[in-house]
Amino acid sequence: MSGNLRRRRITAAVALGASGLATLLGLAVLAAILWTLFSRGLSGLSLPVFTQSTPAPGSSGGLINAIYGSIVMTMLGLAIGAPIGILAATYLSEYGRGHRISTVIRFINDVLLSAPSIVIGLFVYTLVVLSMGHFSAIAGAISLGIIVIPVTVRTAEDMLRLIPSSLRQASAGLGAQPWRTITSVVYPAARSGLLTGVLLALARISGETAPLLFTALNNQFWSANLNQPMANLPVVIFQFATSPYKNWQSLAWTGALLITLFVLVLSIIARLISNLFGAGESRIE
Amino acid sequence: MAAVTIPYKLQLRREARSEYVFRFMTMAAALLVLAILAGVLLALLYGGWPALRTFRFGFLTSTIWNPVTDQFGALAPLYGTVITSLLALLLAVPLAFGIAIFLTETCPMWLRSPISTCIELLAAVPSIVFGIWGLFVLAPVLQHTVQPWLIDTLGDAPIIGKLFRGPPYGIGLLTAGFVLAVMVLPFITSVMREVFLSTPSSLKEAAYGLGATQWEVIWDVVLPNARAGVVGGIMLGLGRALGETMAVTFVVGNAHRISGSLLAPGTTISASIANEFTEAVGKLYTSSLIALGLLLFLLTFIIIASARLLLLRLEARGAHV
Repeated sequence: MSGNLRRRRITAAVALGASGLATLLGLAVLAAILWTLFSRGLSGLSLPVFTQSTPAPGSSGGLINAIYGSIVMTMLGLAIGAPIGILAATYLSEYGRGHRISTVIRFINDVLLSAPSIVIGLFVYTLVVLSMGHFSAIAGAISLGIIVIPVTVRTAEDMLRLIPSSLRQASAGLGAQPWRTITSVVYPAARSGLLTGVLLALARISGETAPLLFTALNNQFWSANLNQPMANLPVVIFQFATSPYKNWQSLAWTGALLITLFVLVLSIIARLISNLFGAGESRIE
Repeated sequence: MAAVTIPYKLQLRREARSEYVFRFMTMAAALLVLAILAGVLLALLYGGWPALRTFRFGFLTSTIWNPVTDQFGALAPLYGTVITSLLALLLAVPLAFGIAIFLTETCPMWLRSPISTCIELLAAVPSIVFGIWGLFVLAPVLQHTVQPWLIDTLGDAPIIGKLFRGPPYGIGLLTAGFVLAVMVLPFITSVMREVFLSTPSSLKEAAYGLGATQWEVIWDVVLPNARAGVVGGIMLGLGRALGETMAVTFVVGNAHRISGSLLAPGTTISASIANEFTEAVGKLYTSSLIALGLLLFLLTFIIIASARLLLLRLEARGAHV
């Protein structure tokens, strides 16, 4: 009997030890990626990166046109997607609560949340690029906007639901119409939560490459024209990293470092905001 | 105050009209979510139609991908997509299970939050970064250590030996599977952690009271209780892996063929689209790539929808997934 107990205890110790090792391995991978990024990206990080456009193979240059393009397109994508997402979440949490259509929309939204982003790129290609006749920054922004919508809907609905209904009832008791209650009472109360959702959406689209490949395309030169192809960090990284030129590869690492730092800092800020204001735990899906 | 000068009735009417407009706007936005899904489906069907009409069922069964003769078949990328995703699950699921167990059972309380934050940050790393890391760091490591070892030890084994033959290229299906495993790890871990946490503590306490070891409680009480959630989490990871594009494009090798070996270069649906779409000349070529996209969308839709349905049932039970 005691031999049996010892065997069971050993099994437990081995299994739990293995789970600890699995965790170490997971953390080690994150550390390895960050370490590679810093060791290869930091050396290329210099002033010209932020002042010069992407170079031809073999000559020196920077990433400013790609950084500018990324900022413009992510901001436009956010401007398109976030209001739509918040409005849709408002419907799900306020007007449509309990309706069957809300269940369907919530479900479809969850599916869109995990849908391959390259498919969104193909969608915008057939919808926008083909009808405009050429690649453009605005097409890139639209595809990012479409990716923003499900992320915002999911987080914003969760946040709006956290607002106690007594607040809504108090407002309604003063004679306010539902829209006034929502815009003057519910939104301000859920402010930090909504902000978290928008930040998470921004983090999500900052590194998106696939939907930009055949919407915004790329541009080797400085361009501020929304109607033209525009350079952007993810596509430049893709192009430069897979090229045989050393200076392009080095710039790709620097670009990867910039994007990752930006995204990680954003995610951590979003997490801090939601923790500080008790808006519930932010989720990664 | 300006509001006082507006007649009361007029103000009421304005409020009512704003209410109407606002309600309409929220409803339109919500319906837009459905419209996007329908739009994606219709656009892909429209774009892929010429290829589907030309090749019919042969599109699904042919391995030929020849832009010169305008012959296109989806079998090779489909094979690559499924194989790399299954490889990723094979590697990621045990790891995710271990991490979730560690985070919910054995880890000291003060360490739980930092560690799970780190694991979740892995999900925030952009896929292009996984790609460039996979190509320049992981692929050479695999080429010089794991792959020769696999060839030496498993290459002569019966049946499965075929999977581990040929030269170690570094890039190929196996490497893509490794990178995908790292990428889906945080998603599977997060779902597993949530469903493990949702186990009623009375069940666990009862098992401990009967003299079960900590591992027996996990294996015989927590895991069976969380079964549906675990399966849902794994399928969610599978959905992610199937559609993942950039990281795979870097390391899969982009060769339109089915070779028996996992070490050989291959391609996936998303990698083919990412690589060839802007360079595709001719209507049929472009259309075939869009038809590939349609195939991918349907595949991921089925997987993700079933995963969500499974998880939906748990959410009703109070788990926060």
